[in-house]
Amino acid sequence: MAVSIEVERVTKQFTMQYHPTLKQMAVAAVRRLPLHEHFQAVSDVSFTVEQGESVGLMGLNGSGKSTLLKVINGVMPPDSGTVRTRGRIAGLIATGAGFQPQMTGRENLFLNAAIMGMSAAQTRAKLDQIVEFADLGKFLETPVSHYSSGMYARLGFSIAIHVDADIFLADEVLAVGDRPFKKKCMAKMQEIRKEGTTIFYVSHATASVRSMCDRVLVLESGHLTYDSKVVDGGSVDGGIAHLQYDDADTEAKATDEELGADV
Amino acid sequence: MMENQADAMPVVEATDGPVRQRVVNAELVEPSPRGGLLEVFQQSYVLRLIVSRQLAQQYAASLLGLLWSYVQPATRFAVYYVVFGFVLDLHKGTPYFAIHLFTGIVVVHYFGETWNGGTRSIWQNKGLVKKMRMPREIFPVAAMLVAAYHTMPQVLLLVVVALITGWNLTWTAVAAGVLGVLILIVFAMTLGLFFSAVNVFYRDFQNIVQTVLQFMHFLVPMMYSFERIWAAHETHPVIYNIYVSNPVAQAVLLLQRFFWYPLIEDTEGLGRQFPPDLFERGLVTLAVSLVLLWLAQKFFTRVEGKFAERL
Repeated sequence: MAVSIEVERVTKQFTMQYHPTLKQMAVAAVRRLPLHEHFQAVSDVSFTVEQGESVGLMGLNGSGKSTLLKVINGVMPPDSGTVRTRGRIAGLIATGAGFQPQMTGRENLFLNAAIMGMSAAQTRAKLDQIVEFADLGKFLETPVSHYSSGMYARLGFSIAIHVDADIFLADEVLAVGDRPFKKKCMAKMQEIRKEGTTIFYVSHATASVRSMCDRVLVLESGHLTYDSKVVDGGSVDGGIAHLQYDDADTEAKATDEELGADV
Repeated sequence: MMENQADAMPVVEATDGPVRQRVVNAELVEPSPRGGLLEVFQQSYVLRLIVSRQLAQQYAASLLGLLWSYVQPATRFAVYYVVFGFVLDLHKGTPYFAIHLFTGIVVVHYFGETWNGGTRSIWQNKGLVKKMRMPREIFPVAAMLVAAYHTMPQVLLLVVVALITGWNLTWTAVAAGVLGVLILIVFAMTLGLFFSAVNVFYRDFQNIVQTVLQFMHFLVPMMYSFERIWAAHETHPVIYNIYVSNPVAQAVLLLQRFFWYPLIEDTEGLGRQFPPDLFERGLVTLAVSLVLLWLAQKFFTRVEGKFAERL
């Protein structure tokens, strides 16, 4: 099998700027306060994903999941280490697509598909499928700034899943969708999974990770602490257990299985 | 109990049947864009979508629409023509003063729109920049093309007027025209590219750009004749050299050499309308602008990785 994603010792650090204006900078200099503070979002993460693997990425809020996906997607380069990917990447990062609010749904659709590598003809061929799946009806010609958050998410997901990507990234995309749409999306993801697409699925909902993924990666404050493929006797369940969303209340856990929603 | 959870994540089990092996005909490469300006032109379809979107958007919800991009230069032309031509009497000694003036207005308009639009472009498209992988140079380039689209009819107007007036084109004039356009495009693109990147970090730059653009009209020889600048070349050589080093002033002069100078039948009594080293200077400026463009691209590539986190 061919390597689909290769992540090698990737580190990504953010600079938090505390003193944005000149005046504040001067004050900080006089008082000898630090101007910047750094925050390690992803630290020394390495793993390799084969084509066709379906990987669940789990971790608490702020553990670096979205950052890692942005690095894989190519939106930001890593500060150190290398990422290499094979083929077309589509997906949704940090709950939602990159849309231009003033543009209509149709314009955004064509632009998004083009950025992901679809030609005009290819997009037109899939147009009906995309619109139907997103269930936008007459809102296709409306600027997306007027969309409800659900419509926004539906269109974004529908474009990403229809561009025939080799790698599909789903980052908590379905948080705002209603239950029927979520179900439709999960079914569609199972479909592309069967077609051999590499899937990266970020979710807090353990049951849905269990059904969607054959491998689990767990991030804890930027570090990769569990990789079910590398750990001895690792499994998706093992990863979920490792993560321990916790308070060990069994009843609460039972709901969490599904609930976790996609926050 | 679980089924009552409306916002729960539904579970859809994989269906039975064989999983297809997908063969991807591509190399293992770094996903972040690395091609710079070249990659922008390889993705000409995306560029076209962005440009046409920008054009449509600029005049959305306006009655005059695209006409606005002609109203502005037209009124500016009228004001300058009346004030500088008649009130200050600067058109004396400058035959075809209107074309002399309008050539400058067109050049400065294109330059200003490319620079100003380019500077704001990344910030304005932050929705895309933050979430989609694409060569970000595409936004300043799109601003440059939008400016070209707006300027094109004005250039056509100049051509038509020149033809009617009697345009004695020579190869020298054509060479000047080509050189002028090249300097203009490369220099404006350089500034657009560089400032689009710094504007992500400090929004002050879009105001700085506008301030500089306000006096650009006075820094090029369009409402006054170059003669007056030349008159100072011996007494104030430093100021003179600064003035003629300005790539925009050079572009104006070169395009006046193309549009305006060939209209004049009697060039004998005319004072010095162009620097004596117009072409040498122009070629040097073009070379310098290309180096600056390369440097701007290097700078852009270096800071591009921070865009997504800073927007």
